[in-house]
Amino acid sequence: MTKERSFSDKGRSRLVTAPYTVWMVIFVLVPIALVVYYALTDADGNFTTANIDSIFNYSGTFFISIELAVIATAICLVLAFPLAYSISRMKEHTQQFLIMLVMLPMWMNFLIRTYAWMTILEDNGLINTAIGKIVSLFGGEFEGFSMINTNGAIVLGMVYNFLPYMILPIYTVMTKIDKNMIEAAYDLGAGSFQVFRRVIIPQSIPGMISGVTMVFVPAVSTFVISKLLGGGKTFLIGDIIENYFLGNAGEVNYNVGASLSLVLMILILISMGIMNHFDKDAETGGGII
Amino acid sequence: MENIIIDLKNISVAFDGEQILKNLNLYIRDKEFITFLGPSGCGKTTTLRIIGGFLKPDSGDVIFEGKKINGVPAHKRQVNTIFQRYALFTHLNVFENIAFGLRVKHTPEAQIKKTVEEMLAMVNLKGFEERNINSLSGGQQQRVAIARALAVKPRVLLLDEPLGALDLKLRKDMQNELKSIQQRMGITFIYVTHDQEEALSMSDTVVVMNNGEIQQIGTPIDIYNEPKNAFVADFIGESNIVDGIMKEDFVCEFSGQTFKCLDKGFGINEAVDVVVRPEDVDVVDYNEGMLKGVVTSVTFKGVHFEIIVDIGGFKWMIQSTDEQKVGDKIGLFIEPDAIHIMKKSEYSGLYGDFSSFSDEFDELSDVNAETEGDEDD
Repeated sequence: MTKERSFSDKGRSRLVTAPYTVWMVIFVLVPIALVVYYALTDADGNFTTANIDSIFNYSGTFFISIELAVIATAICLVLAFPLAYSISRMKEHTQQFLIMLVMLPMWMNFLIRTYAWMTILEDNGLINTAIGKIVSLFGGEFEGFSMINTNGAIVLGMVYNFLPYMILPIYTVMTKIDKNMIEAAYDLGAGSFQVFRRVIIPQSIPGMISGVTMVFVPAVSTFVISKLLGGGKTFLIGDIIENYFLGNAGEVNYNVGASLSLVLMILILISMGIMNHFDKDAETGGGII
Repeated sequence: MENIIIDLKNISVAFDGEQILKNLNLYIRDKEFITFLGPSGCGKTTTLRIIGGFLKPDSGDVIFEGKKINGVPAHKRQVNTIFQRYALFTHLNVFENIAFGLRVKHTPEAQIKKTVEEMLAMVNLKGFEERNINSLSGGQQQRVAIARALAVKPRVLLLDEPLGALDLKLRKDMQNELKSIQQRMGITFIYVTHDQEEALSMSDTVVVMNNGEIQQIGTPIDIYNEPKNAFVADFIGESNIVDGIMKEDFVCEFSGQTFKCLDKGFGINEAVDVVVRPEDVDVVDYNEGMLKGVVTSVTFKGVHFEIIVDIGGFKWMIQSTDEQKVGDKIGLFIEPDAIHIMKKSEYSGLYGDFSSFSDEFDELSDVNAETEGDEDD
């Protein structure tokens, strides 16, 4: 009886998930298979490992991509944690308003936001012009900082664009911490700092892990930010892949592009695996929503 | 006076203009097991939170061993709480949960280990040190919560409906265990519950509360046998409460009959409430009864039958081990010591008539009480 029922339940749930399964196959599995296929073949479709071997030429690019993404993720974490904490302790209405403010920039186009930073950071941009005006008021002369086209500008662009993805999951997890648990900590003699260190931070780890993943992955693979704010001086791995697929810098070569993508994907998987290892308590792991 | 540990003086609290506690006065003796008993919204949890330091009274003083502690925050009071839903730290294992209060106080590692082992032994959870909180049953989590609170050696332990989430059998076991822990540790337990049976079986002193006011303070036996008003008589156990007249000392009249009783000190012909417990009424032949009536419903309860008898339009509840049939005419016999006389109060006429009584109704209102109870914490 129960066996029959569970069987028909299974059948029904298969039926319901069928469209999603088809979607996943067409838009996830097939593309990954194509990436693997291109990565391991040459232009004529013969099996080769030459593409993978050629990746070692780009080890420096991989290194700088990961370095900048790690720095940006760390900055996001440091900025987002106290912000998420203070928001989560405010009144319900204020919380909703501030979270809307956090998300507001995401309603604008990513490219426009990044272009805006160009005009701010340029040699004759907003910051340098403003400082120059002020300095000249006092009769001084100001040569201007060179901010655009530096690694710093790229990291700034990453932090600016991806910060909301760090704030939201941490905030969500923090609002879900049982108030009784915090009261229990006070009750057992912990002052505010101890409560923060011994309860709030450890309870927020699932949110931090989600946030780190959601910031690190797009940051390590971005090519728009490095192109616009790095001015082509710093090539990230995303730029190289783009070039191979679009042929901006010479010939189009899907095979090398695909092998670069494959390696990047594997690197991201490994780093996510390491991250999840920190989240010992997997079943209570906080989602993004 | 020397052994009073906590003294609440003229405590009043209002939330959003609604008066939760009205000028509450109460003292608590050292090492006693005291229970705040009352329906949801009566102010019992609020009183507990004031003692715990989670809530400041709008007016009045909280005195701990002669010192005013109104403004002292929770983490600086020698008082610990067992929360309704345990509030264990899910990111820590059993050992670290119990060690929490000690680590906060920078206790040496060896001392922590020793105390945690002692506490685990006390709550019968030896060998559970490394276990994850989420892998424990409700009863085990309850034990960890008790061990965690007692590890910091509080003078007073506050328990906010701690057994509410456990099933009946486990609840009975934990009642005994809590009582024995209290006696072994020799500390004051302040217990909050809406379960009258729990209150009667565990406490040295019961404080019955309703509408933010204390209705009666006394030992469980006093509260049961000598309820002060109709509310207490109805809330603690089952009661038939009828209008009566005190003719003179030791003589009262109700349901059209005159009875001998053991009460005195009322005015001549003073209107009073008369309480008769269902188990104190004997069923006799119709013709021999002091009161006569017709059986309108019979429910088998295991130990006894619960019989509703219509006596001149007023429905009495009787508990008897002899079965009766619906429609039977029976007589009732009431001993003088089964009659308890109370002064008229604001609760007169509200309780004690079983006309609308049914088990289903009773259970429904119990469920309501529990869900409402959730909101007031």
